[in-house]
Order: sequence, then C-alpha cells, then structure tokens
Amino acid sequence: MKSESPKKALIGLGKGIVQDIEKGQNPSIEISIRALSNVSFDKKTKKLLLGEKTSKREFFNAGHIKKFVQTLEVAKISKDLIDSSKHASLRDVFYMTKRTIQGTKINIVDEQAETDNAIEDLELITDFSREQLNMNANKMGSVAGRVIIEDKGDAIDWSKLGSGGWSIPSNVEEIEFKKVSAKYVIYMEKAAVWERLHEDKFWDKQNCIIISSQGQTTRGIRRLLQRLHSEHSLPIYILTDFDPYGIYIYSVIKFGSISLAHMAESMAIPDVKFLGISADDVINYDLKKHFITLKPVDVSRLKQISDYDWFKNSKPWQRQFKMMRDFNAKLEIQALSSRGISFITDKYLPEKIRKEELID
Amino acid sequence: MAEAEIKAYELARKQREISIAEFFEKNRHLLGFDNKRKALLTAVKEAVDKVFAKLLYGSKFHHLQQKRGQQGIGISAAVLYAQLTTGKPAKITSRIGQKEPAYYQELNIDIQGNKPEIIKQEQANWNKEHGTKIEMELEASYQKGLQSVDEYLKQTAIINPHVTIIYTSPKAEQEIYSRSTEQLPAEPKEIKPHPYGVEIGLLMRMLDNTTARSLQSFLTTEFSRVGDGTAKEICQNAGLLPGMKPAEATRIHAEKLMQGIEKTRIIAPPTDCISPITEALIEKGLRSVINAEFYCSTTRPPAVYRGNPFVIEAGIAYGGEIPADSSATILRFANRVPLLYQQGACSMTESIAKTSWKPYGLGQSQNSIPTGPAVILVHIASVWVPFTSEAKEALAHYPEIIKEIKLALQECGRKLGLYISRKTRTTRQLERASLFENYIPEIAESLSHLSGEQKEKILEQLKKILNKPEIRAQMEKDQNQDYDEKMKLSLEKGNQNEE
Repeated sequence: MKSESPKKALIGLGKGIVQDIEKGQNPSIEISIRALSNVSFDKKTKKLLLGEKTSKREFFNAGHIKKFVQTLEVAKISKDLIDSSKHASLRDVFYMTKRTIQGTKINIVDEQAETDNAIEDLELITDFSREQLNMNANKMGSVAGRVIIEDKGDAIDWSKLGSGGWSIPSNVEEIEFKKVSAKYVIYMEKAAVWERLHEDKFWDKQNCIIISSQGQTTRGIRRLLQRLHSEHSLPIYILTDFDPYGIYIYSVIKFGSISLAHMAESMAIPDVKFLGISADDVINYDLKKHFITLKPVDVSRLKQISDYDWFKNSKPWQRQFKMMRDFNAKLEIQALSSRGISFITDKYLPEKIRKEELID
Repeated sequence: MAEAEIKAYELARKQREISIAEFFEKNRHLLGFDNKRKALLTAVKEAVDKVFAKLLYGSKFHHLQQKRGQQGIGISAAVLYAQLTTGKPAKITSRIGQKEPAYYQELNIDIQGNKPEIIKQEQANWNKEHGTKIEMELEASYQKGLQSVDEYLKQTAIINPHVTIIYTSPKAEQEIYSRSTEQLPAEPKEIKPHPYGVEIGLLMRMLDNTTARSLQSFLTTEFSRVGDGTAKEICQNAGLLPGMKPAEATRIHAEKLMQGIEKTRIIAPPTDCISPITEALIEKGLRSVINAEFYCSTTRPPAVYRGNPFVIEAGIAYGGEIPADSSATILRFANRVPLLYQQGACSMTESIAKTSWKPYGLGQSQNSIPTGPAVILVHIASVWVPFTSEAKEALAHYPEIIKEIKLALQECGRKLGLYISRKTRTTRQLERASLFENYIPEIAESLSHLSGEQKEKILEQLKKILNKPEIRAQMEKDQNQDYDEKMKLSLEKGNQNEE
C-alpha cells in the first residue's frame, strides 16, 4: 500500500517496527529482493518488472543487524530533511550517517556504497524515489542543443552555455521545457565524445540534442531523456563503446536496470534505439585494427547479457552478441578518431542517422 | 647415507691414531669450540649432559643404547679446551652416597698418552649427600640470547622435568628450574645393532673385534634380529661362505656383506629399547618453564629409519605470555639435549614448515614456520640420532623421520585447533551479545525519531527481547552453523594438504 506522502511512509516504517518490539518480537523489515532472480521482463510494456520475492531483514540477527541499522539511520535522515525542506547529496547522507558507536569500534557505515544501498532499499520500502525522499545524486553529465528551459525561475538556453553545456541535476522533475527546436537526441556513454561533438557544433549542424554522462547513466539523465521523448516526441539514439557494458547502458535506458527495477515504470524508455558502435560499423568503417581482446570477465558479462529475457529472443541483438564473441574483441568509440579527429561529426554520425542504421 | 656417521667413526679411529691435542686443534670447530661464545656453551653442555646422565665417557661404538652423548669425546674435549686455553686442571668433587666420603680430584689430560692424569686426589668435606661437581676455567665469552647458556639450561629444564636446575649466571642472577615430576625416565635397554643400520666402517670394526669364529656366528651374535637362517641368507646374497673367518675379512668382503644385508629381508629391530619422555612429562616440562594458556603433547609409536629405531615426540604451548606477533618459537631436542644451532638446516624445522598449520588456528605463509603465540617442541629419541654434522646441531633429513615428525605435529595441531576453535567460539558468543547491546541505543534513537515513540521505552523493550531465551537460541544457532561449516571446511582443506 503506497502512502500518501514520503513522510507518512517513513513514519509508517517506524511505527511498524515499534509494534514488533511492543509485541516482544524480533523487529524486522520486509524488502523486495533486488536481483535478477526477482526481475522479470514485461512483454507488454517492454519494461523490467520487480517480482514479489521479498527478504526479511531482522534486528537480532548478526548477519542483518548492520544493514538494519543503516536503513533506519537513512530513514531518520530522510525524515529530518523532509521536515526541514532541505536536500542532501548521497555523499552528505554518508557523512551524516558515519560515526563510531560510543565505547566500541563499531562504525555505523564504512563506505558510501553502504548508505547508497540503504537509500535504494528505503525507496523500495517506502515506494518513493530518493529524490522524493530529499536525497539527490551528484550532478553528472552535460547537455547541449537548441532547447530553452526554465529551472527555478531561470530561463536557460542549452545552445548558449559555452564549452561546458548545462549540467544535468539529479532531480529534473521541476524543470519546464519552454522551447524545443531540436529534432532528436543522441545520448553518449563518454564525456570525451560529447566534448568532441560540442566543439564541432554537431548539435547545431544537425539540429539535435547531445547528452552525456560518465559511465553509468544517472537517474537525472534517464528522467530527462524520458521527458524529452514523452513530452516532445524526440527520438533517442544511444552511442556507446562496442562492448558488453555499452550494450548494458543501452539496456538500462530502454528497459530499466535490474538493481532499480522498482524505478523502471517511471524511467524506462522502450522506444530508444541503439546507434552504435555496432559490429557492422566495425566492418563498414574498417576498425578491426583497433580491437581490444575480450578478457574472461568481458566474455562472461557478454554471456549474461545475451541470456537476459529481453535480449534472448531478439535476432538483431543475438547477431551482435555472436559477432562480438567471434571477434573476441571490443572497441572504443574513440577508435573512430583514427580516421580523422572529426570523422565522427562529419561522416559517421550523419551517415548512420541518414541511413537509419539503428538497432532496436 | 649419513656422511656424519662415517665421519664420526673416522674421527673415533683417528682418536686412537693421532695425539688428542693435535686432533683437537684440527677439529675444534667440529667439536663445538669454534668461537669463545660457543666454547662456553659447549663446555657447559657437555658437563651437564655427561654428569646428569652419569657418564664420563661414551661407549657407544660397541653398544647401542639411547644416551645423551654420541662419540664420547665431549667432556674430555671440554677439559682439554680448558687446559689449552688457561692451563688450569679440571677440579672434580664427587660423592656416591651418604656413607661414603667425598673425593676431590684435580686432573689434566695427558696429551701424549691420551688419558686423564690425576694431579691431586684427596678426601674432601662436602655437604652434599651424593653427586658430582666439575670446575673448569676456560677462555670463553658469556652472552645472552637464543644460543646462550641461559637458553640451553632453560630448554634442558623443559625436556628433563625430573631434574632441578639451579643456575647462577656470571652476573650473579639466579634461575631455579624446579623438578616438576618425581618420575625418573625409564632406563633405556641396550640392544645390538640391526644389520640395516650399520655402515661399512662400523661393520669392519665389528669384524675386527668379534670373538666369533665364523661369518654366520658373527652375524647371529653381533646383530639383533639375525638367526641362523637369516645369517645364511645374508651370506648367500653376499656371495660369501658362512664358515669364513671374520678376522680374515677385507674391505672388499665387508662391502659384499653390506650388499648381502641389503638384499636380505630382516625383521625390524625391537623398539622397546627407546625410552621416550612421554606425553604427560613433556607437557609438565612445558608448563613448568613456559607461561602459556594451553599445552599439549604427543608421543608417537616407535618407528625405524635405516634399521635404527626411534621415537618422535612433540609438544605445543600456546597463548599466555608467548609473543603473538612473530613466528612460533621452535625447541629442538635429541635424546633430551637441546639443539640450539643450525635451526634452518634441521629436518625438525623443515617438518614444522611443511605441516599446514592454518587449520589448527596458527598463521602461516606457504612452507614456512607458522606465526602466532606458540612454542613448538620436537624431540627425537633414538639409539643413534642422525645429525647433519659431528657438532650434533641439526637432525638429518630422513624421509621416515620427517614423516613421523609431521604426524606428531599434526596430532598436537589437532588438539591445539580444538582449543583455539573453542576459545574463538566463546569470544564470538560474547562479542555477538555485546554487538546487539551496542546497537540497541542507536536503533532506539532512530525509531523514536521516526515513530514519535519514547526512546527510553523502546530501549527497555529491546533489552528485554535480547534476553529472551528463544532469541538467544536463535543467535547461537545462526553463529554456530556458519562457524562449524567454516571449521569443517578448513579442516578438510588442511587434511588434503597433509597427504
């Protein structure tokens, strides 16, 4: 049962546990399991769906106690933040939690990964996103293109922000699109490629929006992509390295991520298309000489991805996976620079988009 | 075959042929007098070994009996060393019983005649009921440390729990190691050599010295486990006539005889001639000298290397005042004598390093001495202890011996492992309970914050739940399960390593 507000959900969590204690029971929290075993692919919506499997986290259990305490600790911080109408970064939350229990050597948390995890658990428990719980991820990623938005009363023109572009905040719910002239969006895995395209004014020549993050796509970016797609019907193309991790970035944007399957509903964009680098690009643009041999860990990741339900029955994707296995190699986007520094801007991308060489 | 033994016999033969002083000068390093520090230790060692074993000279070349000395040159070498460095005679006071008077002697070694020369002998007033006192003045240097007189006496006390040692150091510090048992070690039985154990040198000397008239009777009378049938078989395998006169045997005959022995199956020697210290006394010895929290020991059944019976014993002291942050201390003993030098060259050390200690709760990197608060003791008792050299500092690397040492160490290790695992479990139980206690205020705080209930109330209720028997039992079950599995796994792993 979803509570009316994040605050009510947090109070509900506390009261539930206190009830356990009053009954003299081992206090516990039920949490959905965030793993592939509890994620299914909904063929109708083409989004990942979190299953019904839950695990019980108990206080009087040596294996659970640390996470139990961490979860309640971040819940307490979240409630404080909501009460005082403030927002904290994930890093802030880590430091607000980090301390040693008096007279012991026990640290509540040792690494930020632990609070990050506890916050994701709290999302599942309360059914509210961390942004709604007043906890934000770091700004990561840049955007440029012919778009004007309004953010907290400021009008911002994405085409007039110099060399850095606009940095995408963790929460993009509040921004408003004032004018969108661009015709499509390219999201790229690598900031360095974004900078290349920006310097070449690719977005101006092609009238598109270019967005990047560094590595995994943040939720702010995913939400921004989704809004551009749903509110302005812009096609979204994904540009990554030719390797299993690049394909997983595409997979997360399109179907949702396994560890955040509970967010898939609001974040997945089933219409996005994969632009490159594809196995065919490797052949068509003569890039084999820049191959990097797959390591055993790459091979096993490739195997995992090709077995995912949402890829298993896709002929085009299985063909890509097979070619990667046969090459026994991966390739970086920047390998295109071997054909000239602006080859990607002048030839590769315009040609790919014109010919619509896309994988769905 | 051990070079050491061959050399030992050669030394012995030389001892007769050349002047003892000359021999000493040439061989002082072999006898343990290579430097002043070691000279002191060797002199004390020889005196202690010989006096407490009631032996003033060795007699092993004709009898195999487990004794402390081996070549019978130790104490005379010490007297000689004193004589050569200071020119002073050895002073000996001795009394054999309450009713007998004490005698006082001063003696030198007659270098030419190669025998003791009594300078002075008289009745003396001595308030001891019985005993022997030796005084020698020699040039030496006194230092503390791992290879010192102090350490030697400490280890002697451990391995001889029936002995009281009162030691006054040159700095007038007194150390008393009182006896921890009244039980005297069993008197070792004398046995004849077993054919498999003889070397060509010894065999030739035996052939020379025997009163037997024929090879066959030589074999049956001079060796153990050889009857007429076996003797005939040996002669046949050697291609020698059983009626041949031993006195006429040449080196070539002796070599043939050796080959014959090798080809013949002979029953293993009797093993009842070995007197081990026994498990209980090793533990007592460790307890009386080392302040630890756990002790264990093992005596292996007798085994045989090259026809020589031997018994391996091992002991471990763990925890307490033993430093935890370094390698385990190794105490090596042969026939109740501490071995202080050449630890690295000793097969006892090798056996310890090749035993896997991790399953037993000690730290260890591959094939090295384990680390942790442990003292590991190894003792070999044998009628003939094979050393790597005449200085008797390190045990030779016979596979049979190494195997026995490892088995003894593993037996001790299992006892130690059990103790450590029980101890860890108890500490873990305590830690576990206090873990929950420590977290209770934290959780009460955040719950009170979230729910608006009183912190104190939540705190009290949580404490009550912690003490509920079913919660305790649950905690216990959780932890024992994962602990037992871990222990089982590591033991299985360890046993695989141990062949």
